Amino acid sequence: MSLVRNTRQIAYGLTLFFIALSGFAQMPIFKRYYIADIPGLGWLDQFYVTHVLHYGFAAFFIGFSVYAGLDFVLTKKKISGLTASGLVKIALIVGLMVSGGLMVAKNLPGIYFPHALIYVINISHLGLCMVLLMVSAYTLVRKKAWIK
Amino acid sequence: MTSKISRRAFLKGSFAAAGSVAVTASVARAAASLAEKGKEPLVTVIDISRCIGCEECVYACRESNAAKYPDPRKPFPKMIPKRVPIEDWSEKRDVTDRLTPYNWLFIQHAKVLVNGEEQTLTLPRRCMHCENPPCVKLCPWGAAKQEPNGLSRIDADICLGGSKCKAVCPWDVPQRQTGVGLYLDILPSLAGNGVMYKCDRCYQRLEKGLSPACIEACPEDVQTIGPRAEMIEQAHALAREMEGFVYGEKENGGTHTLYVSPVPFEQLILEQGKGKPFMGRVEDRMADGNNLARAMLIAPIAGAVAAFGKFYKRVKEDG
Repeated sequence: MSLVRNTRQIAYGLTLFFIALSGFAQMPIFKRYYIADIPGLGWLDQFYVTHVLHYGFAAFFIGFSVYAGLDFVLTKKKISGLTASGLVKIALIVGLMVSGGLMVAKNLPGIYFPHALIYVINISHLGLCMVLLMVSAYTLVRKKAWIK
Repeated sequence: MTSKISRRAFLKGSFAAAGSVAVTASVARAAASLAEKGKEPLVTVIDISRCIGCEECVYACRESNAAKYPDPRKPFPKMIPKRVPIEDWSEKRDVTDRLTPYNWLFIQHAKVLVNGEEQTLTLPRRCMHCENPPCVKLCPWGAAKQEPNGLSRIDADICLGGSKCKAVCPWDVPQRQTGVGLYLDILPSLAGNGVMYKCDRCYQRLEKGLSPACIEACPEDVQTIGPRAEMIEQAHALAREMEGFVYGEKENGGTHTLYVSPVPFEQLILEQGKGKPFMGRVEDRMADGNNLARAMLIAPIAGAVAAFGKFYKRVKEDG
């Protein structure tokens, strides 16, 4: 069972790492700050490549989250069994999925969002990601679990 | 530059009288059409066989959009790291032979061999206004937008000048001016580098039911604008008439600018260089992402199937 849990944690961690990396690569920073010059990281300044990778990791992350959420419900676990940091991370992840989903919809042809909404969802997505990374770093360092 | 001005002056005088009558009538028709059609995507047809390279459209564009041009604050912030380029066009505002932050439309020259004889064609070049514009869709800051009438534009008050829009534009259209914009108030040395500028199709005129300035000013009626279906039909009718070719209908998944040429676009030898877009075939660069977006809908279903599968297995094992 611990093997399954470890595998799940590693999969979650790797997905979070790559989804954040490809997400930050949507900003023109990796070339500016020489990171894309590091051998093996040249793809980080290829915007269409990182765009597709971000979508791919997002798809995996959504599938993984739905699986974890339903598994929680089907095993009749209670929300009160979640830690405070776990609840915060869930709220952040749901926010990221909603804002990300809106951004994906916006990118489809023939979809016109009001400019204010585009700006808000862009900033929200970036902000939620930053907060999730900080909370995740905190829980990793302090060894806070999702479940009490 | 001097020869250009004198040529322009000459052509201006020559065409002013004849052009004014035709233009007034066509602009009135176009304006009425635009007002009627409201927010339906508008497409421009550019008949390059009619273009004489007089640059009337260029100067009309500059006049119409002068108020939007950057007024950079100097000295520019020291950029960190040093590789970040300072792009300053404020001392070269008169340049008209390429795209710049102060010149959103230019006349590009193309050589072509017709029956072994070299001829020169001229064509107005500016933003193609893609149907699904990567500059708008992929801006990480939400600084660009597309309007239902098909135009795409960059908000100079929000843009940080990271130039991603130029990197993802198949034609490298947006141009940067350093020393202006929001980045100066955030982290001027560390993030951002000015504002990106490009044709916004004279949105302020379209809002009033007027044609873009370049269309109105053209003495040869090189450009026409109207609803997409109507303009596509017009472009193909024109191409059939001259046994010509259409560019822009399929490029990058479709654009709102259709060039019609009497010779194949592949045979045009365009003057090249920075700020001078090419005219090759362009695959839909947003296609991979958008196909994956549709496939993304499968992800939650897969997650749910896996969770219910696990649940079913455990129930079965429990008895």
